[in-house]
Amino acid sequence: MAYVAEPLDQQPFPSHIRLMTKLSKIRNFSIVAHIDHGKSTLADRLIQETGTVEDRDMKEQLLDSMDIERERGITIKANTVRIEFKAADGETYILNLIDTPGHVDFAYEVSRSMRAVEGSLLVVDSTQGVEAQTLANVYHAIEADHEIVPVLNKIDLPASDCDRVAEQIEDVIGIDATGALQVSAKTGQGIRETLQSVVDDLPAPEGDIDAPLKAMLVDSWYDAYLGVIVLVRIMDGTLKKGQRVKFMSNNTLHSVDRVGVFRPEMEMVDSLGPGEIGFLTASIKQVRDTRVGDTITNDRNGTTEALPGFKPAQPVVFCGLFPVDSSEFEDLRDAIDKLALNDASFSFEMETSAALGFGFRCGFLGLLHLEVIRDRIEREYNIELITTAPSVIYHIYMKAKEGEEPEMIELHNPADMPDMSKVDHLEEPRIKATILVPDEYLGDVLKLCQDRRGIQEDLTYAGTRAMVVYDLPLNEVVFDFYDRLKSVTKGYASFDYQMIGYREDQLVKMSVLVNDEPVDALSTMVHRDRAEQRGRAMCEKLKDLIPRHMFKIPIQAAIGGKVIARETLSALRKDVTAKCYGGDATRKKKLLEKQKAGKKKMRQFGRVDIPQEAFISALKMDD
Amino acid sequence: MAEDWQNGGFGLYIHWPFCQAKCPYCDFNSHVSREIDQSRWLRAYLSELDRVGSLTKGRVLNSVFFGGGTPSLMDPDVVAQIIERIRATWPTANDLEITLEANPGSVEAGRFAAYRQGGVSRVSMGIQALNDRDLQRLGRIHSVDEAKAAFDIARKSFDRVSFDLIYARQDQTLNDWQTELREALSMAIDHLSLYQLTIETGTAFGDRYAKGKLRGLPEDDLAADMYQATGDICIEAGLEGYEVSNYAKPGSESIHNKIYWRYGDYAGIGPGAHARLTLNGQRHAIECWRNPDRWLQAVDTGNGENVKNPILLTDQADEMMMMGLRLRDGVDLKRWENLSGRPLNPTTLAHLQDIGMIRQSGDLLIATQDGRMVLNTLLAEILVE
Repeated sequence: MAYVAEPLDQQPFPSHIRLMTKLSKIRNFSIVAHIDHGKSTLADRLIQETGTVEDRDMKEQLLDSMDIERERGITIKANTVRIEFKAADGETYILNLIDTPGHVDFAYEVSRSMRAVEGSLLVVDSTQGVEAQTLANVYHAIEADHEIVPVLNKIDLPASDCDRVAEQIEDVIGIDATGALQVSAKTGQGIRETLQSVVDDLPAPEGDIDAPLKAMLVDSWYDAYLGVIVLVRIMDGTLKKGQRVKFMSNNTLHSVDRVGVFRPEMEMVDSLGPGEIGFLTASIKQVRDTRVGDTITNDRNGTTEALPGFKPAQPVVFCGLFPVDSSEFEDLRDAIDKLALNDASFSFEMETSAALGFGFRCGFLGLLHLEVIRDRIEREYNIELITTAPSVIYHIYMKAKEGEEPEMIELHNPADMPDMSKVDHLEEPRIKATILVPDEYLGDVLKLCQDRRGIQEDLTYAGTRAMVVYDLPLNEVVFDFYDRLKSVTKGYASFDYQMIGYREDQLVKMSVLVNDEPVDALSTMVHRDRAEQRGRAMCEKLKDLIPRHMFKIPIQAAIGGKVIARETLSALRKDVTAKCYGGDATRKKKLLEKQKAGKKKMRQFGRVDIPQEAFISALKMDD
Repeated sequence: MAEDWQNGGFGLYIHWPFCQAKCPYCDFNSHVSREIDQSRWLRAYLSELDRVGSLTKGRVLNSVFFGGGTPSLMDPDVVAQIIERIRATWPTANDLEITLEANPGSVEAGRFAAYRQGGVSRVSMGIQALNDRDLQRLGRIHSVDEAKAAFDIARKSFDRVSFDLIYARQDQTLNDWQTELREALSMAIDHLSLYQLTIETGTAFGDRYAKGKLRGLPEDDLAADMYQATGDICIEAGLEGYEVSNYAKPGSESIHNKIYWRYGDYAGIGPGAHARLTLNGQRHAIECWRNPDRWLQAVDTGNGENVKNPILLTDQADEMMMMGLRLRDGVDLKRWENLSGRPLNPTTLAHLQDIGMIRQSGDLLIATQDGRMVLNTLLAEILVE
């Protein structure tokens, strides 16, 4: 790939020889905060205070992860900057800040980032207090054994109430907040103290410079000039330019082209030592080949012991993406190919639907991931999409002849469900869900889990917060569980899950018929005992989602040939402009054009127009 | 070859932009002004008439319509001079219809004879409701008694009198409306325009509605029932629904409005007036300046036109269909094909016929009563490619 190297030959990055930093002079940390609590502004101030960026180059929100997400793609989960800070003892310290947008879909990636640092600043808006997202992320930090320094931000505002918020941090999170830093990232008050506290209160990293290289792959993304950029944390040994390294999960070998750090711009260095955070490039062409959490070591005489906790990315939610305008299928293919280059966790294969034509069956880490990919295709590639019902992977065991083992088929799409008479049994994926919730909402959370076929495994209290652990079917969770959880707990619950394997259950395929025609894109797998209730709910939803037509439309849910629920969408009776004279022609023509355009945006099934959003909204349960 | 507009005829619309008060439901171009220099307005109208006349020389004029605003606030002499100039400008049809919209107040009624004298042959009265509470709610400044008295005077002055009622009003029941409509029909009437109240954005009702403060409007099902009852009751009284909201005894239909619905050509003079004019073989959409002062100035320095765009043939076809299906008599499919260059989708038509929305009679495509009730949806279905 010649284009990777070319621009660099013309414009070499500045490089200077630098001795590796002593472990005692390094501090690695992350910032944990709720979305509007000023994380980005605080990061900006820390960078500015240390002169990492010249004032004239300072722009708002240097580390704004949304911006970077936009530029580099959704797979960016970590984002880092190296700061030099002259502390009170007169010594210069290297501070590495890793910023992680936290969402349950990327829980694994966030947990790896947390493992790459030793401490966290817990930033709480002193006018607002602790919020759900703060909690979800602070538990990642606690789990990674972080030292946590509470920072009360926005103390310049009149509504600031540091005592109350400090008390809340102690109550809700259970960490000592008596000496919490009081900061205004806006005015710069308390910024030096924060930096000093990072040096004083957070532990230095540990590591053995003489041991074989052991580095954690924290994140990676594709750059058009450099190829894949790999963000690493060195645990032991050293990483040098020119070195041959091995990625242990897939045993691939690479020759390191560049080693560097982010300040926040890329700056080349000759080597990185234990405790340091930086990046490498090695002419790697696909993000797919670099797996978050992987261990990087020397090609020869490397470590034999990989870092614990590595998990290969595994799509857990599948759905179909179809172009609204079927002539845009090739454009969609192109868009998906490009996005996949930069996203190891996103999988796809072609799909054909009787109702929707050609499209792709895509796999995602979770619903946020799905929504982001879908939005990017629509926005960046200007392709309008129909998204079909999200599904999980079912294991279908076909009936076998005597003495033979039943054959297992993976089902990614309910529309492909084989005839039930040939099926011996089905298994579905289950998860272990951990939910932290203030006890006033506990009852609602238990009901939600129960309604979703959950089996309670544990229930404990920490102060006024309850922790519940449930064994839940993934198919009950992928769709709108997180939304419902947020809604019943007013946002005060945090949620995390892990896959625990497959289990047999009584699952059936439910089809939906609109105006007596089956709509394959609305087929779902449901539990037999819930089928009727789900079928009714879906028919009712569709009745609201499909606009009234000039004729009445039966909407039915069926299992096999048996109708289990039915609604009738009554005919439209009145839609006419009362007055229409010469002066109205132009205006009414515009209305007509709008109506024609709206009609084009819907998919026709027989004579019925179904709006795109119906394919997803029909499944949302308001239980 | 004949030009398409000839299928609909040629009319002239004259807009008088002033009212004594602005009604809360009205989104027409109307203004309340204390001082109006009628002679200046007359000069402007005459100047525009001369200009439009020279563009459409030799056409036979089928109709003139004074709309507003409240044209019954015009000085009868101004109206008479305008009509005189019109007759001098175009050859006119034998049955030339000259309609003036009138407020049913006592002051206006006093001018009816003078309008008749000046050449007005038909009045269209904005009575709107036959009970005083609803008249007030609709912001009308007349009472039911005044309206009935004005109507009687109009009947004596003009051969042809129509009036407007607004129904599907706040808190109106089906029974209320049936009773009111029967009372209207008992008033020796041969033409009625019966409009369901429509909440338009940019009106006082529109603002109130957006804030959730306009309560008691009927649901669609009730509105549909009212519409059906309207047609039935009018038929009993010998008035046929010849258009979505217009009912007439045979032979008493409005010639002027049928020019719009048959997609003929019409010139428009006055602030905010619209026109469809075929000039040198090309049909144009024309809009005059909306603001009265702006329009007067524009006329002084040239002409009142603000927008003048040629209309694509495919858009003409859609406009023709959009207007034409409002009529009980339907639309000539050959005419549509000539304009659009394509036939309508036969599968769509067959389906719409199956579900009772349209029927075809030779080359005529006709929306049934059920079809006319959902005409906006029906049109999108028919016209989408």
